Amino acid sequence: MKDWRYWLAEQRGTLLAFGIFIVMFTIYTSNHPAGFTANVVQTASNKGVLLAFVAMAQTLVVITAGIDLSVGMIFLLTNCLASWLVIGTGIETAFGVVAVLGTGLLCGAINGAIVIYGRLQPIVTTIATGAVYFGIALLLRPFPGGSVNEDLADALTGRLFGVVPASLVALLAVVLVVWMPFSRSVLGRAAYAAGSSEMAAYMSGVPIRRGKFAAYALAGLLAAIGGLFLTFFTYTGEAAYASGNAYTLFSIAAVVLGGVSLFGGKGSAIGAIFGALAFRTIGDLLFVFDFDPLWQPLFQGVILLIAVSLGAFALFRVRNRLEWFL
Amino acid sequence: MSETTIGGIAGRMPKFVRRADPAVLTAFACIVLLLFVGSLYSRSFLSPEYLLQQLKVASFLGVIATGMMLVILLGQIDLSVPWSVAAGAMMACAAAAYGPVGVALAIPFGIFCGVAIGVVNGIGVAYLRIPSMIITLATNAVAQGLMVVYTGGFSPQDSATRAMRYLATGFAIPGVPNAVVIWALIGAAMVFVLTRTGFGRTVYGIGNRERAAYLSGIDTRRVVLIAFAVSGGLSAFGGVLLAGYASKAAQSMGDAYLLPSIAAVVLGGTSILGGRGSYLGTVAGVILITLLQSILSVMQMPEAGRQIIYGVVIVAMLLLYGRAPASR
Repeated sequence: MKDWRYWLAEQRGTLLAFGIFIVMFTIYTSNHPAGFTANVVQTASNKGVLLAFVAMAQTLVVITAGIDLSVGMIFLLTNCLASWLVIGTGIETAFGVVAVLGTGLLCGAINGAIVIYGRLQPIVTTIATGAVYFGIALLLRPFPGGSVNEDLADALTGRLFGVVPASLVALLAVVLVVWMPFSRSVLGRAAYAAGSSEMAAYMSGVPIRRGKFAAYALAGLLAAIGGLFLTFFTYTGEAAYASGNAYTLFSIAAVVLGGVSLFGGKGSAIGAIFGALAFRTIGDLLFVFDFDPLWQPLFQGVILLIAVSLGAFALFRVRNRLEWFL
Repeated sequence: MSETTIGGIAGRMPKFVRRADPAVLTAFACIVLLLFVGSLYSRSFLSPEYLLQQLKVASFLGVIATGMMLVILLGQIDLSVPWSVAAGAMMACAAAAYGPVGVALAIPFGIFCGVAIGVVNGIGVAYLRIPSMIITLATNAVAQGLMVVYTGGFSPQDSATRAMRYLATGFAIPGVPNAVVIWALIGAAMVFVLTRTGFGRTVYGIGNRERAAYLSGIDTRRVVLIAFAVSGGLSAFGGVLLAGYASKAAQSMGDAYLLPSIAAVVLGGTSILGGRGSYLGTVAGVILITLLQSILSVMQMPEAGRQIIYGVVIVAMLLLYGRAPASR
């Protein structure tokens, strides 16, 4: 096989997600009353970017064949924390941002430490730590409120040069600063290897524990970036249980749409980003077609159900029935 | 792991202690500890009325945890509990609005809706081989969407039937709440199924190694499908009882039962990887969780503190005895 065919096989999921997103977004803008204008793109990207960050966080953990059901709660916790800290003069704001991101990193690191060194199942662990994070968020913000440095918020949610949405630029920056270095590093390869076949990776001397730990910790960091942006969009902090759960759920949907294998070892955060943007656009399609907003949860649920069921097509390629039982 | 480490000491202990699961013993020890702490806090904590009241509250969780245990024994998980509970409650109340026939069929219809959710889960897990935590999250979202469309986003106005209220709050046997009796019956049926029937042994077999069970000629996919259907049905039945207890259904009534039902099963010593665990442990876990919640509310702990303590206790207890064996 030629090099480009290897590359194509590796990126198939990402390209498919990109294609779905382009199709959906074209349908969306062509039916939008305002059409394809800078304003429409800005609103869409601001909404999509939030989910994109949380989906990137979920991707990192899913790649190691784990799952993080606390991403939505870390997202809420950092949102509530940011509504206290990211305010005041330039230095105070900068300190606040660092503190919020540090908190996210710490939450992710706690998850990772319990799962890897405590040897508990990721699913039970992250449900339990999610309850703890939600409790802390509720402690910080028993009622919605707080405020944020509005200059910074407006700068990051507005448009650069009047055309490009600043949130998309921030997303790109995070991809370049966090995802690219991680996925190319030894730790990133170890995370992939651990998800693909933990035993084989261990036998080959790959540092799987450190790789998995880094993946969980960075997932917390990415969720915190999402929480920070949520504060920039809403100017407030709110500990809403339903919203945290919804983000966790949608992050899984975005990851699946983005071509990341839930069995681990396959996919990329870029795919998950397009999956998240596509998922958001699909949800918004209902509005441009004038459906009752009441139908939105059902519509999103059905999309999720279809997306996860698509994975079943792999069954047709199974020659030996014993491969059903992994 | 546990057998080898305690083998030396356990050899000298009486037979019934030796045979008991250390996790179940720990759970019961924690119950005694909680009762002790509670009695220090308030004298009425050990009164029969209070304990019976706790048992009644525990029975709702007990019914739901029974279904969850069956699924966890298979090595799977059912995250569709919140909206299975809510759908069971809402549909039972909704049926009650359709005249006398509706009232008579309210409870079966509520359970039927839960079974339907469970069957979708089961088909996804058993036949489409989708990871159970993903497909159950998805069906949970769909069930939520259906209920939101049905209720218009508000809590439904229909109220529970008299039969539902009787099941949840009445006293068929003087002094013993009906809910406790129902939990005891369901628990006894579960123990019988798990220990005395082929189906039960198959569940343990699949939990240990599905390949081996399949090669032994068992239709493992059918067993998984049935287990998920039972879990959905029991969740919905729990919802029906809760609706009877509160005399109406509410939007997010099931949210408070997902983590506790998983925690009760896992704290009771059932392996989250499947294939190991006893119903006695689940009973201990359910009572443990209920007492913990009760003590926290007696101490007037706000919701935030409750969530934190709750998560910390679950992680701490799992670290004590729920760890996976060290790899290699």
